[in-house]
Amino acid sequence: MSDAPPSDAPRPTFSMDGRDIPFEPGQTVMQAAMADGVYVPYLCFHEEFEPHGSCKVCTVKINGRTATSCTTPAHEGDEVESETPEIRDLRKNLIQFLFTEGNHFCPSCEVSGSCMLQGVAYELEVMTASYNPLFPDRPLDASHPDVLLDFNRCILCELCIRASSEVDGKNVFALSGRGIEKHLIVNAESGRLADTTLAVSDKAMSVCPVGVILRKRRGFAVPIGQRKYDVKPLSEVAVEAAVEASVARAPKPENG
Amino acid sequence: MPGDLGGILAKHLQDPTRLVQILRDVMAAEGYLSAKSITAIAAGLHLPRAHVEGVAGFYSFFATEPRGRFRVLFSDNITDQMAGSIPLRQRLLDAFQIRLGEVSRDGLVSIDTTSCTGLCDQGPALLVNGYAIGRLTPARIGAISSLIRGGSPVAEWPENLFRIDTHVERRDALLSTALAAGEALRAAIARGPQAILDEVKLSNLRGRGGAGFGTGSKWEACRIAPGEERFVICNADEGEPGTFKDRVLLADHADLVIEGMTVAAFTTGATRGFIYLRGEYPFLGPHLEATLDARRRAGLLGKSILGTPGFDFDVEIHWGAGAYVCGEESALIESLEGKRGIPRNRPPYPVTHGYLQKPTVVNNVETFAASALIATHGAEWLRSRGTAKSAGTKVHSVSGDVARPGIYEYPFGVTVQQILDDCGAVDAQAVQVGGPSGTLLARNEFRRRIAFEDVASAGAFMVFDSSRDILAVIDNFARFFAHESCGFCTPCRVGTTLVKQMTGHLVAGRGTRRDVKELSKVCNVMRSTSHCGLGTTAGNPVLHALEKFRPSFDHRLASLEVLPSFDLDEALAPAREATGREDAGAHLTEDDS
Repeated sequence: MSDAPPSDAPRPTFSMDGRDIPFEPGQTVMQAAMADGVYVPYLCFHEEFEPHGSCKVCTVKINGRTATSCTTPAHEGDEVESETPEIRDLRKNLIQFLFTEGNHFCPSCEVSGSCMLQGVAYELEVMTASYNPLFPDRPLDASHPDVLLDFNRCILCELCIRASSEVDGKNVFALSGRGIEKHLIVNAESGRLADTTLAVSDKAMSVCPVGVILRKRRGFAVPIGQRKYDVKPLSEVAVEAAVEASVARAPKPENG
Repeated sequence: MPGDLGGILAKHLQDPTRLVQILRDVMAAEGYLSAKSITAIAAGLHLPRAHVEGVAGFYSFFATEPRGRFRVLFSDNITDQMAGSIPLRQRLLDAFQIRLGEVSRDGLVSIDTTSCTGLCDQGPALLVNGYAIGRLTPARIGAISSLIRGGSPVAEWPENLFRIDTHVERRDALLSTALAAGEALRAAIARGPQAILDEVKLSNLRGRGGAGFGTGSKWEACRIAPGEERFVICNADEGEPGTFKDRVLLADHADLVIEGMTVAAFTTGATRGFIYLRGEYPFLGPHLEATLDARRRAGLLGKSILGTPGFDFDVEIHWGAGAYVCGEESALIESLEGKRGIPRNRPPYPVTHGYLQKPTVVNNVETFAASALIATHGAEWLRSRGTAKSAGTKVHSVSGDVARPGIYEYPFGVTVQQILDDCGAVDAQAVQVGGPSGTLLARNEFRRRIAFEDVASAGAFMVFDSSRDILAVIDNFARFFAHESCGFCTPCRVGTTLVKQMTGHLVAGRGTRRDVKELSKVCNVMRSTSHCGLGTTAGNPVLHALEKFRPSFDHRLASLEVLPSFDLDEALAPAREATGREDAGAHLTEDDS
């Protein structure tokens, strides 16, 4: 993030759906928009990790060309389209693709109400998966004494992979397969989570945006209806967090 | 450490960037990559085990379950099918009484399909334990099944089975200009790197791999990029179905291609080069190694090339392992580094952050061949041919319903009709230019010209006569993209599979108007939001066919607006398999439902 000294010079801006968004050089389009209070939907992005732009839900149009806003640096004077019917429709379809690809049964899911896929779907008014569900066969891994893996809900955002490798230094998770066969694997010859070095205190335990990595014996601790995005829509939660993070990061003027 | 593993790791100096090469060698030695081997390889390379397993699971020539001792893969391109591959495949399956994708009970043989193997001018084709066999006939299938039963290693099979022809039907400037080994390098050394760079820029040479980026600009960006070490990579991953011109260029003009790479190295200051060669072309290996050796002995590779102090450059061959996406330059680089072939986020581009994050030039085989001739004969040699925006000539791989399939070189600007006339295509209803990711042309477009400013092409030219079902062609391409999607981004990973499902419904006569509507919707999402060219172009054949061959869709629609999208009888298949029943009572017919 920018460590630029405080300056009275006006910050550069780009325009997003007609609104001027100021940014610090080096910030991405998404970071700048969110810090300015404008929500851009996303799933595979996480403030603490290098963005890689795989879910494509944060797609915007920049000067007429589609791009992922989480990986594209902001440039002075860019014309960005985000909340247009065309872009909303693309995002909506991508969310529907994800529902089609996995086995997502919200009413019986442990993370219903705190799930980002569900929350973003509500934001984009996705009512059905629309396409024929693929119903993949994805067995659970309940081998670990404290952790359950339910691969049915995996959206392949790679956050657990990045967290385990970059923060935990363990490489518990990785991807194998290709295309629609791509899937999460664990670092063990047996293929079982119990035979990895995963610990419940790992960062990888806390980054899953959906309900793949679950603590055993903690089910339904918070009643449905009182969960994170039940209380407040995901867009508000995300923007508040981004604004807060941006204030905390902002260079503090010296001597008051 | 099991078997030869220690030896294989030692041969590759325990270098993790050589992981794909190591897995290839272990496949050849052990037939598959067992869980134990993967653990041992990971330990030997000090890599996380899951990383090695992930790479093993990415490339389609690798298997993590036992395959047959003879692993037969039939090329599944539409041109192979048009030449009769499906009944031939069935004949071999019947001979061993197994089904597609299965291993025979005694472990002797497994039979499956693979993406286009680049023998479209001499199909149908197959690979057996990596060796390519073309011109399949019932007699050849009979011979192959006897050889498999006999059990002798493929290396000892009769040589004539493996003959690969190079049908060059029309030569223009590139294929007819002779160049003595070293001639371009002598010219380059005499004039200096800047002058050669200026010449290449002046020639307006544009990349022949499809994207058409200016070669001179690419070289210049690499030359001025900060960094101690630079690389030159020849993209010989030719995976686009219907394309085989790089195979012929490397077979007949290897010196020219390597000379072009060396000119690029001289110009950019690169010291190491790679030929990333698709795994389907093992027959090119010995020839290319011999060419590289001869060039080393002649002082055209290695230290102080042609006695020029500081001009050091050498080339090694790196094999692909069955992944079309590795033709995308950043995915290719990932693969060269021993990883899953996932296209990178750009910028930064390979010219500044390529192989090992160092400045790297990646060019197509044909681009390097043209570069060598430009260095020797000057920019005018190229510019005097072609059109204002597309200088020079293009080599086309012509296949399908034509009398004389093979290689045809023309100046840019040639009409589609001209090529059709020359190759003996009568009654063509469609041409797929540039492969599935390119452009599907209908009869009323045959006056269009092949050039960057009209119909761009990476070199495939597949012809379909009026007896062909365009929908079946589109369905074949849809299957190809679904098989080859790397799976990194949502739109391509899911979209290619949805398209495959829907074209499958349509071909089976179970499609509805809704399928047709959704097809274009999914293709548009892929085009607008995918991470790389594979996803952005995967919908092209469908969108082009919907626009130009709409009747072939409409004729196949079931009459109702909405129909059940699954087949009741097909849904009973697992039950039939479990109970071993095949009698009439175990089937549902239209009348039952």
